[in-house]
Amino acid sequence: MDSGFVIEKFILVAVIFGISLVIAMYSTYAERKVAAYLQDRLGPDRAGPFGILQPLADGLKMFMKEEIIPTSSNRFLFIAGPGLALLCACIGTAVIPWGSPVLIAGKTIPLQVSDINVGVLYIFGVVSLGVYGVMIGGWASNNKYSLLSAIRAASQNISYEIAMGLSIIALLLMTNTLSLKEIVDQQHGWRWNVLYQPLGFLIFMVCSFAETNRAPFDLPECETELIGGYHTEYSSMKLGFYLFAEYINMFVSSAVMAALYWGGYNYPGMDSMAVWLGPTWAPLFGTAVFFGKICAFIFFFMWVRWTIPRFRYDQLMNLGWKGLIPLAIANIIITGVVIAIIEKF
Amino acid sequence: MSTQVFYFVATLSIIFSLLVIFAKNPIHSVLYLILTFFTFTVHYVLLNAQFLAVVNFIVYMGAIMVLFLFVLMLLNLNKETEPSKSPLIKIVGVIAGGCLVVTLIGSLKSASITSPLILKNPGLGLVENLGKELFGPFLLPFELSSLLLLAAMVGAVLLSKRDEVEA
Repeated sequence: MDSGFVIEKFILVAVIFGISLVIAMYSTYAERKVAAYLQDRLGPDRAGPFGILQPLADGLKMFMKEEIIPTSSNRFLFIAGPGLALLCACIGTAVIPWGSPVLIAGKTIPLQVSDINVGVLYIFGVVSLGVYGVMIGGWASNNKYSLLSAIRAASQNISYEIAMGLSIIALLLMTNTLSLKEIVDQQHGWRWNVLYQPLGFLIFMVCSFAETNRAPFDLPECETELIGGYHTEYSSMKLGFYLFAEYINMFVSSAVMAALYWGGYNYPGMDSMAVWLGPTWAPLFGTAVFFGKICAFIFFFMWVRWTIPRFRYDQLMNLGWKGLIPLAIANIIITGVVIAIIEKF
Repeated sequence: MSTQVFYFVATLSIIFSLLVIFAKNPIHSVLYLILTFFTFTVHYVLLNAQFLAVVNFIVYMGAIMVLFLFVLMLLNLNKETEPSKSPLIKIVGVIAGGCLVVTLIGSLKSASITSPLILKNPGLGLVENLGKELFGPFLLPFELSSLLLLAAMVGAVLLSKRDEVEA
């Protein structure tokens, strides 16, 4: 392994990490502004012009608050919970292809940390691991409400993971690969997968809402029933970690949806743009398009949160097991039959 | 390089699996078991079996252990609810454990250090090759095992539904 490769990857990891943190930070600001707009209010406007320094003020507040660890809690697991939540949220970005290779100083640099050939499954693994942060934190708090919330989170994640996995099988039947890079490259120009798999995308999107614990699936933090949910006992930056992990999860799942179904860094007319902008700026423009799609999805997450009320627990389970799973299986069968017919003729 | 990594991870596997047994709290046991499975995932990666590694990661760490943790949290086990063990059970346990030790020693005595196995096809564990194997020569056993799993699942659902029917 030459040192150039290591330095290149290190810079890429640092940049992606920085970008995901900044996007998560400004998602908290955007969430309040979107909420304010939808409820005909002004939202935060005191810190800096239009309140754009609000996330910094929030972060400072989080750091300055008193750190409280309940005496009867399990100290190590209590601290490990939020750390695990944030870690699982961040490592998902490793396999997402952010853009086609860029030519910088005579060297072609791929804008993806690692193109492993089971990229889609890796994303799944990270998603299924994400629930441990919530479960461990909720249990270690030694609080009945936190425990109830942890159990809710676990059952919700297990239920929706199945539908998510099934919805993606139909996509894999079409693409014939598990590598995210290849899946994105197949959607060159206008051939976005959402045009061929609209039902699969719908199921996948609903499941991503459930996996990230976003409204209308935010039962683990249902404050009217559970005080605060799994983070009732948390204060200071450990609470901040949990809240932050949710926004990073939102960013990562938006990126996955955009990459799998909405073409990633592909856009109509990209070939003529590539000629016009050259090998350095054209891929970077593609990356900008990708981030545009991600931001659109993040906005959609917020839009739904302030539009649809929270599900009841039985409604959640009914939708997951009796609605989404049969739909996903039907989608697999239809896709399989259509592919078989096309290959025959 | 990979031999040293193997020995390091193998030591970790043994330590964590011992901690699973010796941990006083069942929740801690499950958490150590998760770490043990994680070290297994690393072993699979070292063997270039990427698909098995990631499936082990998703199925064991991500799904089955979440269920274990879920059930233990629901039961909320502690000192008071622990059933008292009679001396008879302890003696039976010692005898059963002794039998296992004798079997292990017997099998280890006849074992000798062999030269490391070299795969003819190093890419055997990749998804493509594994899929071709499973859906080619091993199609019947593969489908039969999936039928068995389905039967077990239907049975579990039926068991949980039985009360409702009788009531």
